[in-house]
Amino acid sequence: MAADSFQLVVLGGGPGGYAAAFLGADLGLKTALVDLDENPGGVCLYRGCIPSKALLHVAKLLHEASAAKAMGVDFGEPKVDLDALRSWKDGVVRKLTGGVGTLAKSRKVEFVQGRGRFENAHTMSVELATGGARTLSFEHAIVATGSLPVTLPMFDAASPRVLDSTSALALERVPASMLVVGGGYIGLELGSVYAALGTKVSVVEMLSGLVPGADRDLVNVLEKSAGKNFKRIMLETKVTAAREDGEGVHVTFEGRTSETARYDSVLVAVGRRPNARDIGLENTRVGVSERGFVEVDVQRRSAEPSIFAIGDVVGEPMLAHKASHEGRVAAEVIAGHKVAFEPNAIPAVMFTDPEIAWCGLTEAQAKEKGVEVEVAKFPWAASGRAMTLERTDGLTKLIVDPKTGRLLGVGIAGAGAGDLIAEGALAIEMGALVSDVKLTIHPHPTLSETVMEAAEVFFGQSTHVYRPKRKR
Amino acid sequence: MIVEIKLPEISENVDSGDVVKVLVSTGDTVAVDQPLIELETEKAVFEVPSTAAGVVSEIRANVGDTIKVGDVIARIDTEAARGATKAAPSAEKKPVTAPEKKAAQERAPGPPQPAASGEGENEDNAESLREAVVAVAQEQGAAVPASPTVRRLARELGIEIHRVRGSGAGGRITSDDVHAFAKSIIAGARSGAAPAGAPVSGTRALPDFSRFGAFERTPMSKVRQITAQSMAAAWHAVPHVTQHDEADITALEAARKRYAPRVEAEGGKLTMTSILVKVCASALRRFPDFNASVDVAKSEIIHKQYVNIGIAVDTDRGLLVPVIRDADRKNMTLLSVEVNELAEKARNKHIMPDQLEGGCFTISNLGGIGGVGFTPIVYWPEVAILGVSRASMKPVYDGADFEPRLILPLSLSYDHRLIDGAAAARFLRWVCEAIENPILLSLEG
Repeated sequence: MAADSFQLVVLGGGPGGYAAAFLGADLGLKTALVDLDENPGGVCLYRGCIPSKALLHVAKLLHEASAAKAMGVDFGEPKVDLDALRSWKDGVVRKLTGGVGTLAKSRKVEFVQGRGRFENAHTMSVELATGGARTLSFEHAIVATGSLPVTLPMFDAASPRVLDSTSALALERVPASMLVVGGGYIGLELGSVYAALGTKVSVVEMLSGLVPGADRDLVNVLEKSAGKNFKRIMLETKVTAAREDGEGVHVTFEGRTSETARYDSVLVAVGRRPNARDIGLENTRVGVSERGFVEVDVQRRSAEPSIFAIGDVVGEPMLAHKASHEGRVAAEVIAGHKVAFEPNAIPAVMFTDPEIAWCGLTEAQAKEKGVEVEVAKFPWAASGRAMTLERTDGLTKLIVDPKTGRLLGVGIAGAGAGDLIAEGALAIEMGALVSDVKLTIHPHPTLSETVMEAAEVFFGQSTHVYRPKRKR
Repeated sequence: MIVEIKLPEISENVDSGDVVKVLVSTGDTVAVDQPLIELETEKAVFEVPSTAAGVVSEIRANVGDTIKVGDVIARIDTEAARGATKAAPSAEKKPVTAPEKKAAQERAPGPPQPAASGEGENEDNAESLREAVVAVAQEQGAAVPASPTVRRLARELGIEIHRVRGSGAGGRITSDDVHAFAKSIIAGARSGAAPAGAPVSGTRALPDFSRFGAFERTPMSKVRQITAQSMAAAWHAVPHVTQHDEADITALEAARKRYAPRVEAEGGKLTMTSILVKVCASALRRFPDFNASVDVAKSEIIHKQYVNIGIAVDTDRGLLVPVIRDADRKNMTLLSVEVNELAEKARNKHIMPDQLEGGCFTISNLGGIGGVGFTPIVYWPEVAILGVSRASMKPVYDGADFEPRLILPLSLSYDHRLIDGAAAARFLRWVCEAIENPILLSLEG
């Protein structure tokens, strides 16, 4: 019995779950981590962030190789060996998840492979992957079961032509044509992978623009290039019916575009739903909202005091780095620290080409909430580094509190935006003023200078943009 | 007609209080000005009188409730007073339950009606609003300008970071700001961002008294809490020095006895305290630095152009300091009447919070009890306080002989940030001289 009793049991081995388990162990808690896969990693490492970024890197290589022609370098037509590509990608995933598994071992976190279910507020039963069952008793548990892709009823999920993010990343084949249903980040990222591999990709989105939630000026930068990469983008259009035959999937649209078209395959990427079902929460006092999210307080504690929840299963934004941070907070709370999940800026990144990234307050949110802000923008056409990269399709913007000059939000569209946004997140978390950013020396020639120059634009003093500040 | 008795404006900065006692019951006949409840605010305990005569048809205030200005305390049937049967109101006496109240309000939509300010509904709204505000504040839009480390520090100290004022550029909150805020709470400083009643943390843990013997824990009364907070704050903020002196009151005491009946005829009591109010009021005009406050944040001195004098009154609830307004413009008879009245009110809980604020200088007379001297604490934001001990017959050498003289010991504590020792000595000497030679009051006061 003693062997199966833990101070902390984490259900779900994704980036939130394993970060929580590791910190729990580091803080001296006897910890177990329960997950279905062979190693910790979850959707992020196995079926999400990591494999998609591996493939997007290849997509980028293909783009750059073809763009090199304009610079006088011709690599010729690329030949893609799909099997080799797939096994390289799988190798990356294997290496990474294996590494995380080793880290668990060295921390003495007991990894239990199987399907966990709460029996009550202090017991979890696990159907082991190797057969049989185990009962774990715990002082505290963290629910980190993440989320699942939402399916659409008109598409036959069992059909090999109908993909979700998981099967799309499995990269079974490169279809001649593909419809991506949903213009959010998952659809656009995976759509660009297939487009780079030669698939004619169309995107259909119900709303009036791609990437709901991001500021339009950033999305405009993407839409310009997406217009080139994708065959077609249908906005304000709904899929009303789908019929599959030997030639493909015939999809009927309604809205701004009303027609029926045939696609070799369809990628459904209309969002993700929390995975709080079938884990035995009904045997505890844990509350689940109408939308299926586990309800937690600022310390990520549920209505059942011994059970915490973090990551996708507690709510938006469904992002790995948010989950990891929440997981670490929950572990600290359980270890007796007086902390809470209270970020000022959670960066969001879309690894499209170009990338879009933002953090803190967006201009749209400011408008919606009636927060008075001033926005300073630096177009990458004025960046020397962007020019040398042949990537002047970019924009860096700062959202500033006009009263205090405090940085409230940062948005970047352009190559490497995902890496650049970290500076914005740090600046916001530190309560930096826009003048602090302006007065911080940034290395030349880099794209990071666009952040500094955007701060200079705020004062009407950008070296490379002549736009004097209007007198107010 | 049913009249609603609402909690009136109490005073500036006080908008709510706790009901400590309900003095009437449903069915009671009350007169105008008859006290209905006893209310305890941050500043005082006092009785709230009825503004109408009639029969109490409903009491909305319960002991322990916190009620706000404008909340209905009771409903009074003004018709019933004129000989209505007892049976009729008893039918109305049926307690109104919350759902009924809600239903009644739903049936009466439209512009806000005074009747709709029943405490339950209002508090619900206020509560949900507060929650909404907190929820919004926690969203990204209202991010606090403090680094994650500083935010954690605040949490560890049990401080809501939203309430800390940042000293950095753009209002950025530093760890020093958080520590200072914590200290201000501990000291109970009510200035600036420090809220009253905020969680006190960082005070040293008490020992386990059970190791030494049996003990009992009782809650501090509000007056005690306020006294504790404001005394600790004053002790913390004000560098105190106490100057001692003696006044020969032999002649004054004789005059006091002689004129006491005249003052009594006017409804006052000519006491050493009321005489000292007059003397001190004159002294404050003569020495304006003693009628001042220090604004440390702005490095400024605030000189007051009015003279209000507080009198420390020992009541069964603790120390209260009623304030006599414009003491410099009143004669001793008037002052005697007022001192008497205010002290009486303070003891009988009739004192209103606004009668306890606005003082420029305080007199604390312990002479009735005894003692040869003490060091009073300046009643911040005032800068000086006069402590009075017991007068006694002493042999005084007049150059040839020892004369028995009645000597009054006086102790002046002052804020050394503003007042230096020489100034304090001069002030107190002037007070003693004015006591000995009252003509000074007319000559220089």
